[in-house]
Amino acid sequence: MAGSLAPVFEPGFFSSSPVHVALIVGGVVAIVSGVVGTFTVMRGQAFAGHSLADIGTAGGSAAFLVGVSPLYGFVTMNLIAAGAMELIGIRRPRGRDLATGIVLGAALGLAALFLYLDTTHSSTTGATINVLFGSIFEFPSSLVPVIATFSVVATGIVLLSYRPLLLSSLSPDLAAARGVPVRLVGIGYLVSLAVAVSLSAVTIGAILSTALLIGPAAAALRITKRAPLAMAIAAAAGVAATWLGILLAYDSYDWAPGHRGWPVSFFVVTLVFAFYLVIHMSIGRSHGHGHPSVGTGAA
Amino acid sequence: MFSGFMVTAWEAATIVAVVAGVVGFFTVLRGSAFAAHALPNGAFAGAAGASLIGVNVIVGLGVFALLGALTIGGLGRRARQDVATALAIVMMLGLGALFLSMTTEYAPEIYSLLFGEVLGVSGSELLPTAVIGMVCIAVVFVLYRPLLLSSIMPDAAEARGVNGRRMDLAFLVVIALATTMAVPVVGSLLIFSLLIGPPAAARSFTSKPLHAMGLSVALALGTVWAAVALSFATNLPIGFFVGAISACSYAAGRSWVAWRRTRPVTKISRTGLLRA
Amino acid sequence: MEFQADADLPPILTVEGVNVWLSGRQILHDVNFRIEAGEFTGLIGSNGAGKTTLLRVILGLESPTSGRVLVGGRPRSPRNPLIGYVPQKILLDPDMPLRARDLVALGLDGHRFGLPRRSTAQKVLIDEMIDAVDATSFADARVGILSGGEQQRVLIAHALISRPRLLLLDEPLANLDIRSEQEVVELVARIASEQQIAVLISAHDMNPLLPVMDRVIYVAAGRVASGTTEEVVTTEALSELYGHHVDVVQINERILVVAGRETAAHHDHSDSRAE
Repeated sequence: MAGSLAPVFEPGFFSSSPVHVALIVGGVVAIVSGVVGTFTVMRGQAFAGHSLADIGTAGGSAAFLVGVSPLYGFVTMNLIAAGAMELIGIRRPRGRDLATGIVLGAALGLAALFLYLDTTHSSTTGATINVLFGSIFEFPSSLVPVIATFSVVATGIVLLSYRPLLLSSLSPDLAAARGVPVRLVGIGYLVSLAVAVSLSAVTIGAILSTALLIGPAAAALRITKRAPLAMAIAAAAGVAATWLGILLAYDSYDWAPGHRGWPVSFFVVTLVFAFYLVIHMSIGRSHGHGHPSVGTGAA
Repeated sequence: MFSGFMVTAWEAATIVAVVAGVVGFFTVLRGSAFAAHALPNGAFAGAAGASLIGVNVIVGLGVFALLGALTIGGLGRRARQDVATALAIVMMLGLGALFLSMTTEYAPEIYSLLFGEVLGVSGSELLPTAVIGMVCIAVVFVLYRPLLLSSIMPDAAEARGVNGRRMDLAFLVVIALATTMAVPVVGSLLIFSLLIGPPAAARSFTSKPLHAMGLSVALALGTVWAAVALSFATNLPIGFFVGAISACSYAAGRSWVAWRRTRPVTKISRTGLLRA
Repeated sequence: MEFQADADLPPILTVEGVNVWLSGRQILHDVNFRIEAGEFTGLIGSNGAGKTTLLRVILGLESPTSGRVLVGGRPRSPRNPLIGYVPQKILLDPDMPLRARDLVALGLDGHRFGLPRRSTAQKVLIDEMIDAVDATSFADARVGILSGGEQQRVLIAHALISRPRLLLLDEPLANLDIRSEQEVVELVARIASEQQIAVLISAHDMNPLLPVMDRVIYVAAGRVASGTTEEVVTTEALSELYGHHVDVVQINERILVVAGRETAAHHDHSDSRAE
């Protein structure tokens, strides 16, 4: 058995400590993304979810500048951004997209400034790449407990407010009529989204954070309309894509060109995209004129 | 400040601002902020790919921006458009990560693609920028009324023969073209600020659609010119100034609306800004 | 009530044996009815009964699985200038830079290419249309900040400015207060009789329409009964349509349709939720 798998698992895959950390961190992040992402897709907040990953880069690059872990920069910046979006955002989808866009634009301006200062004032040229594309194999194992804590916070908020959140995601008016504090639930959710996104952006990079947040959840919601099941499928698919991606990236050190290894984010994104596409094709056909899978959060 | 290469920079920035003002009017009106963010960002991957195989960056940008627009349009037909957009952008960026890992580009070059290097625009880049920009503006002007109608009342537009899906796709292609011309000048991350900030601010000041479009062009021009001048004076990246000025003009617009709201109803009603 | 249909004119709308299947479900079952020129018709049914699908079929936005729809005696086509349409909801932010006047003008030429260059005659026409729906006082306000009733009037002007012969309105009374409800109904009825336009107006409550309605098309679970109010809105006719017993009750000139004793209050329930 071990012999037959040897070509798949390159020597050292299971004994390498960075790989262990990557597998653990990637798995945790994929689970949190699946749980939180299911609601992100249901609420039609894919743009906000993606933006937070980009917005966090301003915090992350500022953190580089002061010399603390980017994680804290990401979390701080994202919580501020989530607050700003809530403050200027309106409940109509278009108003919300605009609010997200304005905050994103301003934050990207800051990111430009901080990254510029990073690259000119320090010798580490990798800041830009690192912040945007993440570096799962270079993640310090000392931060794993911090990651775990943030994960528990993000999933905890979603699971604790599960039923009011579900109701207000499907029909804000109905939820309000039933006495659900829609706005408060929305803010709580935005906080958990901000934490979850910071977490994944800093460990696996801003790109992957969106891929894991949206891809598996969107596919899962096309398979089933039941939220708990969708969360489970999304988490499982996310973990599978992440682990497979890490394995492929590890193997790719021997590949052309240059034997420098292909990036993990490329593999994970491709796997997530392919998974969504397969579901999209097979489910989409049978539904013909079917309406969008779940009501638009703010219809 | 107005010597040789600076003149080119001023010209390039001016073209980008005019296009961003016109295209941005509809970006905000149609709520296409996410696509306006995704296409330039994803097209960045095309630039990385182009430099890997040694073709012109504009070609890489154009191919990826158009592919992205088609992916969003295609997937968005049966799924929600925001999900389709998110998937399109991550797929393109994933490819970008791959291309970057294969090139030997230094970080500063990548940085300039992301955040813009208006001072580095060469005279030969000016012509394609201008041509693509004219095409963008022409398409928006030709589609002006059906685009407006289908943004506001898609069913009624459809009943009059305005195909909403075709309008959607046409507009995504316009954003893709604007992206292609603007990324080398202001960078992928900041063309987005220009597509959103000035138009969003403009609509606070006027309730007439064409005036709003004109004002959004004026604000975009002001933003870009100020950003170029400040960037030249301080040596800080232009992207920072574009982002900051855009956000400030939006804030100014909102404050203006808030201030108008506190004024007597009759006056406000007559100017058409607000009614009690 | 008898209709004096002009013998020379074909009915403005003929729906014959229309069946519609969507996503494997049959939404409309063998729908047949006619609307004569100038008639005011109510399309009544609870939410989800198939009213919107029927309107979409008439507009050409949805193709019937079988059956045919004739508009002005000809097969229906998209971009039919004979039909004006008032959609149920429009997508507008309060701060969208679009005045009521601009929306009405789009009714004239919204499908045409190029920037708008409107002639003096067109501007006069726009002003007249705005005046006809009593919208002059807010013609230069942003559409997004108008009240529901004001928005409906602007949308009606938008639909009427291209001089259609048949006006379709999708739930124009939903979310209106009782006074605006009455105003909108009276406005539509007045313009329709002045300009000889046939009207098909969908609603889940028929009561606001009773004073002006020439004919009612009652939709329940995708089936349709049409005729005068007296013919259709009876305990017998509606019980047959629903497939179970319902009672038609008159209280203070209001007509209520309530589920009968034998069955669960299905229809009643969906109606009360719609309010």
